[in-house]
Amino acid sequence: MATTTTEKQDVSHEGDGHGGHHPRLQHHFVSLDQQFSSAKLGMWLFLLTELLLFSGMFVAYAVYFNWYPETFAITSEALDWRMGFINTIVLLASSLTVALSIHFVQKGQIKAMLWSLGATLALAGVFLVIKYFEYTAKFEYGIYPGAAFDPSGPYAHMDVPNAIQYFSIYFVMTGIHAFHVIVGMIVFIWLIWRGLRNHFNPEWYTPVELGGLYWHFVDLIWIFLFPLLYLI
Amino acid sequence: MDSSKETQSGAAPETEHQEPHNYLNHAKTIKSWLLTLDHKRIGVLYAVTLAVVFLIAGLLAMAVRVELFVPGETIMDNDTYNQTFTMHGIMMVFLFIVPSIPAILGNFVLPLHLGAKDVAFPRLNLASWYVYMTGGALVVTALLVGQVDTGWTFYTPYSSSGDMAILYMTMAIFIAGFSSIFTGLNFIVTIHKMRAPGLTWNRLPLFVWSIYATSIVMVLATPVIGITMILLFMERLLQIGIFDPALGGDPILFQHFFWFYSHPAVYIMILPAFGIISELMTTFSRQRIFGYKAIALSSVAIALLGFLVWGHHMFVSGQSAISSIVFSLITYLIGIPSGIKIFNWVATMYKGSIWLQTPMLYALSFLFLFTIGGLTGIMVGVLSVDVHLHDTYFVVSHFHYVMMGGTVIALLGGMHYWWPKITGKMYNETLGKIAAGLIFIGFNATFFPQLILGAQGMPRRYATYVEEFTFLHQVSTVSSFILAAGLFLVLGYMMHSMFFGRKASKNPWGGATLEWTMTTSPPDPHNFTRTPIITRGPYDFHLADEVFGPRHTGDGAGDGATEPATPAEREASR
Repeated sequence: MATTTTEKQDVSHEGDGHGGHHPRLQHHFVSLDQQFSSAKLGMWLFLLTELLLFSGMFVAYAVYFNWYPETFAITSEALDWRMGFINTIVLLASSLTVALSIHFVQKGQIKAMLWSLGATLALAGVFLVIKYFEYTAKFEYGIYPGAAFDPSGPYAHMDVPNAIQYFSIYFVMTGIHAFHVIVGMIVFIWLIWRGLRNHFNPEWYTPVELGGLYWHFVDLIWIFLFPLLYLI
Repeated sequence: MDSSKETQSGAAPETEHQEPHNYLNHAKTIKSWLLTLDHKRIGVLYAVTLAVVFLIAGLLAMAVRVELFVPGETIMDNDTYNQTFTMHGIMMVFLFIVPSIPAILGNFVLPLHLGAKDVAFPRLNLASWYVYMTGGALVVTALLVGQVDTGWTFYTPYSSSGDMAILYMTMAIFIAGFSSIFTGLNFIVTIHKMRAPGLTWNRLPLFVWSIYATSIVMVLATPVIGITMILLFMERLLQIGIFDPALGGDPILFQHFFWFYSHPAVYIMILPAFGIISELMTTFSRQRIFGYKAIALSSVAIALLGFLVWGHHMFVSGQSAISSIVFSLITYLIGIPSGIKIFNWVATMYKGSIWLQTPMLYALSFLFLFTIGGLTGIMVGVLSVDVHLHDTYFVVSHFHYVMMGGTVIALLGGMHYWWPKITGKMYNETLGKIAAGLIFIGFNATFFPQLILGAQGMPRRYATYVEEFTFLHQVSTVSSFILAAGLFLVLGYMMHSMFFGRKASKNPWGGATLEWTMTTSPPDPHNFTRTPIITRGPYDFHLADEVFGPRHTGDGAGDGATEPATPAEREASR
């Protein structure tokens, strides 16, 4: 670690800000490298907490799947695997575009980065639109999470014991996942906003990197949700 | 803080000193506190907030004790009693003990121990306080809009069918959990990335190791209570049927989820206490810590094993016999790293020159109380014994011995130890010792009778009891007032010291860790005037020339012991 930098900085902390430093270097870090790797470690830890948040729901799924496999076999037919499949492709594509945006910012191609972020944002939007249609198609026939569950029409035969658990888990898991997608979209809008103001360059692009990591995680959760809920 | 006040306690008129620049006086507006990114100020914000929470939750406990003074209704009806102990539990666990040591002393001391200017993410650190306050506001809302009487454990179906105020309470716990996650995440990154040059892992003070182990648990366990609270919220709002047996759900699943967090959470509460005790033992025995690596790694071992024992809360809930046996066995295993610590602390004192200042009195109290708390924990971890003791006052007493006798006592010890560093003032040592004695006696006399009551079959959470238990309940209630008196005494002389206390020197206890050797009391806003370069272990007193001078004999002590007799000495002690 370059201690000399720190000492120099210590002399004139108040007021003048970043004497001779990269403008993005916060005062309590020694170097941009240290700052970047700290931010990344922090993000990985945050993703670990996210993983454990979802793990609770995965456990609930596993428990009820093991107790009531017949019910789950019937109820999972309610989900249209084609829609789920399209959404999987959409999210995989968005993972590619967000990875490209990091690649571009490392190369200094800010315009290309903005386009890839825009594409990611659009694909996230497509995902939510498809999800919206899936949800409303269920609601139309009385498939709600919880006590309001009262299937009719094409789903009438799904009024079996413990079907409510399956659909509750489905709605809660995909709902919380969709919430993460929405948060991701807000993050991308913010990144594009900052990118347009030329805040990012090959030396400093931490928010893009962290946004990308987050988005890969959201994608990964879906990769598990899709087969568990739609296919099994 | 105000140097003109100083003259009131000193005989000689003070020459108006230019107060050295420090983190307390470099900005004084309310805004500079509420928007501060300084880890030390955030620690102080937490200290003030948590003191208020502790006071309220403590008064609720006193109300519980008063109600139990005689059988039958004493000062409140049964519903009020249920709400009172529920609020006592929720506030003490989620709003006080879980954040206590990490958020106050971890925030204040950790970067100083690391030779860093701040934690890795100062804004996240401030955010954690605001998130915590939001959680606290929701708890108050829940209190105002309805009745929460589920106990702090929120067992379903009780909680999924009770008052709507439970919605606010679950959200409060969910949100307060984020504050814990932010703190833990921040500390892990800080410890990994912000250590001063030369500060290798084996040179970290043991407080840092224990905070590290705590942070791992915070990051890994807290999200699970988060999702549990979301599911419980949904259950109460929409009847999603995951936990509610009336809809085909499984209430035992809730217990698994709940204890998967809440058992590791007791290690969130106790591990930082271990760290403080290690610091106190070594500093006040004037001796290198015995078994540094064993203590450091046993914290990590406890943190990891702590994830595998949650089922021991559910021996009588109907989990399978095999799970119970496995959980019971792993529970015994936790006794090993805990025992390693106890023996190492005792060995640290062996042939040391023990200096019985107030912090050390708390450390010794801790040894005694935690040993009782730990051993009773092993007892309730025994399958057959637990069937008898489950949900009795034995369990209540056990976890109070660990939580209060362990964590709170260690927090008090730590607050006394670092008080000169935090406020720049000394507290009154004599009153400190009296209060430590009152707390020790009051605590034991309050909770030891409860161990007996529990063994005799007194169930927990009842507003009344049979005649035979009257005497022990009365001993417990009366003693709880001694305990409270001790705590109020602490509050009193700490307040007094803040305004009128003698100025603290840089290193009143003769400590050898960085916060004593390299920073002023109170520290500079940026902690260190130059980046420390670490060349020795944290407890190498024999190498700490900067503390004791180059020719010291190894038995040097700080000046925290003696009140300087003359004004000239006072002046010299600056």
